[in-house]
Amino acid sequence: MAKASKIVEDVTVRFAGDSGDGMQLTGTQFTETTAIVGNDLSTLPDFPAEIRAPAGSLSGVSGFQLHFSSSEIQTPGDSPDVLVAMNPAALKVNLPDLKPGGTIIVNTDSFDDKNLRLAKYNSNPLEDGSLSNYNVIPIPLTQMTMETLKDMELSVKDKEKCKNFFALGLMYWMYNRPIDVTLKWLETKFKNKPEIMEANKKALMAGYNFGETTEIFTTRFEVKAAELPKGKYRNISGNEATALGFVTASLKSGLKLFLGSYPITPASEILHELSKYKEFDVVTFQAEDEIAGISSAIGASFAGALAITTTSGPGFSLKSEALGLALITELPLIVVDVQRGGPSTGLPTKTEQADLLQAFFGRHGEAPLAIIAAKSPADCFYMAIEASRIATKYMTPVVLLTDGYLAMGSEPLRIPDFEELPDISVKFRTDPEGFYPYLRDEKLSRPWAIPGTPGLEHRIGGLEKQNIYGSISYDPDNHEEMVKIRKQKIDNIANDIPELKVDGSDTDELLILSWGSTYGAIKEALRNARKQGYKVAHAHLTYLNPFPRNIKDVLDKYEKVLIPELNTGQLALLIKGRFLKDVIQLNKVKGRPFKVAEIENKIYEVLGGTNGN
Amino acid sequence: METKNLETKPKYTAKDFSSDVDVKWCPGCGDYSILAQVQRTSPDFGELKENIVWVSGIGCSSRFPYYMNTYGFHGIHGRAAAIATGVKLANPKLQVWVATGDGDSLSIGGNHFIHACRKNMDIKIVLFNNKIYGLTKGQYSPTSEKGKITKSSPYGTVDFPFNASKLADAAGATFFARTIDREPKHMQEMLKRAAAHKGLAVVEVYQNCPIFNDGAYAPLTDKTSKEDYVLYLEHGKPLVFGKNKDKGIKLDGLQPVVIDLNDGKHSVDDCWVHDEFDTDPTRGFILARFIDMDHMPTPIGVFRQVHKPTYDEEYWNQVEYVKSKKGAGDYNKLMYSVNTWDVE
Repeated sequence: MAKASKIVEDVTVRFAGDSGDGMQLTGTQFTETTAIVGNDLSTLPDFPAEIRAPAGSLSGVSGFQLHFSSSEIQTPGDSPDVLVAMNPAALKVNLPDLKPGGTIIVNTDSFDDKNLRLAKYNSNPLEDGSLSNYNVIPIPLTQMTMETLKDMELSVKDKEKCKNFFALGLMYWMYNRPIDVTLKWLETKFKNKPEIMEANKKALMAGYNFGETTEIFTTRFEVKAAELPKGKYRNISGNEATALGFVTASLKSGLKLFLGSYPITPASEILHELSKYKEFDVVTFQAEDEIAGISSAIGASFAGALAITTTSGPGFSLKSEALGLALITELPLIVVDVQRGGPSTGLPTKTEQADLLQAFFGRHGEAPLAIIAAKSPADCFYMAIEASRIATKYMTPVVLLTDGYLAMGSEPLRIPDFEELPDISVKFRTDPEGFYPYLRDEKLSRPWAIPGTPGLEHRIGGLEKQNIYGSISYDPDNHEEMVKIRKQKIDNIANDIPELKVDGSDTDELLILSWGSTYGAIKEALRNARKQGYKVAHAHLTYLNPFPRNIKDVLDKYEKVLIPELNTGQLALLIKGRFLKDVIQLNKVKGRPFKVAEIENKIYEVLGGTNGN
Repeated sequence: METKNLETKPKYTAKDFSSDVDVKWCPGCGDYSILAQVQRTSPDFGELKENIVWVSGIGCSSRFPYYMNTYGFHGIHGRAAAIATGVKLANPKLQVWVATGDGDSLSIGGNHFIHACRKNMDIKIVLFNNKIYGLTKGQYSPTSEKGKITKSSPYGTVDFPFNASKLADAAGATFFARTIDREPKHMQEMLKRAAAHKGLAVVEVYQNCPIFNDGAYAPLTDKTSKEDYVLYLEHGKPLVFGKNKDKGIKLDGLQPVVIDLNDGKHSVDDCWVHDEFDTDPTRGFILARFIDMDHMPTPIGVFRQVHKPTYDEEYWNQVEYVKSKKGAGDYNKLMYSVNTWDVE
């Protein structure tokens, strides 16, 4: 019997299970397929810092949330419509986020005494009526998977492992997704393990067919392709986008790309990704520690490479002395800080925006450098290119701030033509005539004269140098002059970046000022609030140091300025201090991104509900 | 060693390698000798001047790059090896030298030192060892002898010193030589040997600090005593020392023993014959231990030289291999390597 198909605009799904249940994999596959169907989408993986916490325990729950839509979206969704819970712990941890009346697909096989005890349930939630407000779909996933694979010569453990693909197949059926993308992926992934490939394929198809035949489901849902700007698209995570942005910058500039890095969550994936691209002459040097990571990059920059180092909070602080060296030697260098929860080891797999002040001030001495921040996973691609452009043009270190949420989350990227991307032309100094290492052009940038160039032999280093000539100088007036020049050089970048754009009008009653990954949630909140008649404007800072040249004019136009941040008020402090502007803060430091509703509610609170309607 | 540049290389003299910066070490500092020997031998390094880069960390020794008329980078404390690694990897055509002290390289930079050795980066490390912190004015260093009284150890140090040779050996250095500031000819020879070595080379220079550790190596440099305290290592030659070449070293199992060549019982044929290309590290380790033993002379010369592929060479070979498999990188290939879809 054909089942009814219901068209819906958008859906948020969360897969949740044990760290070993393959939830990230399931989520990524669902994402890939959804991307190909043409929906707009946004994802949020969420997993513990431990590789394998004890099976069935609350701390071992791993989740993957995906929001997909037939219209443009900016966030992975506040609360899921559907929760796939592989065990009681996954149910317990994720239930509070689920939409009232939402659907729960549970693997009933895992609801045994042991797992219930591990999840600290006093009674079985599937039986005690506590889930009566939800649409619970109990499915013996393990048993059905085992039944599907009963004729295969595999260990019980290997067979059980396939249950996530059974669940995935079911979800593909529910949301009218094709299964061939995942079938193809399985063929490549398990090329050398044909039995495992076959088992997973069978489980996937069995899950799909189960949806088709069972009486449990009467309706399936359809989310039509989104109307996005014309072009070719791919799905991309923030870390992948960052890596590809740098490879592209290397192609644009003709410079060899050099990454000196030390693995750290959640930045390591940039290292993994770049390590693949040897055919682009990319050097990835996995250093012995964070300091060697940045130091090797400084050496590479001195030698003429487009040098980057990637890290996260604790590693960023280890790099700060060397960052000062790159700054005083006025060499291009990009430090990508994929921010995570701190201080110290903090919350390694969770997100935060709390390194802004470290980026600004986390060095000894007067040490200004350029700081920019990406606003979405796909935007990381453009920001990596922009960081490269600024670093090489102004001969300065640039800090590129992303965060765990951007790094791990993904969304569609419209693939730009190579020609559309900004020009990064670099000219090394080769003429010995009148050469001095600290000569300055109109932007105050010094020449990049690299070893191997005859006649330009020179020495630079961390000691203060005489302007122009570059010889060591302890002269007090010269030092002060150099401090000012280094600051002015950074300030000059303001002439080379776009003005701050306001989404809204001068007559709006509130300006939201934001930076980094809060962009998406704010955009959606803005749309909702405007629908309610509220007069809200929004300006998003991509450039943090220097700020866009018109920032003060923008701030002056609004009496009320709201700054939402995933910290206790770091941008707010800078704005108050720099522009003597009183601001309203919305802060969250929970290791999680803002929900749209949180921003929306703050707007309503600030505007007192008297605005608009 | 590559000789590609030799044919076109100008005939350099020491002067070509001398910068116009005033040298500001203390009078009598052993660093002057190191600078002089480096400048004298640089024309023999087989490389164009513009392809030579000197990198340093912090400390008296680390001012070295300023005095060389080559490319130079004065870094931060301890990180010279890491910076040099980046220079060499980004441009393997460059000949990269590191000037570093015992504190810089074996204390704050210990991690980078051992890992540069382990990876066999093709860089040359000249380790100025005066067994003291000079620039910070006289604290003990990781090579100071146990019990050393300094400003930061008024009752004597309680920690054991590092032995650079053992450390470099254990970490996988493919070349280790030791020389002394007062032995200019010997030092020149060691520097040339290091320049010619493909892979990581450490040249440890025993160097006097006249201000904070004067005479640390006096028995090895005083004319009256040095021949009894210094053992010159030469490949294929027996280990013989002493004013009248009357003492030798033989191996009793794994134990080195000083023998009297005039006692009628021993002859030079009993002596251990130095093999610097010995691929078995055992003898090299025994040699390295000499300075830890009271009764043994201090070896100078090339301890060992083994050949292993260098990191930078292996890295770029891998790049070429990948290129031959995948073809040169291209933007469209990069961006379209995954599932894509069209929005009309």
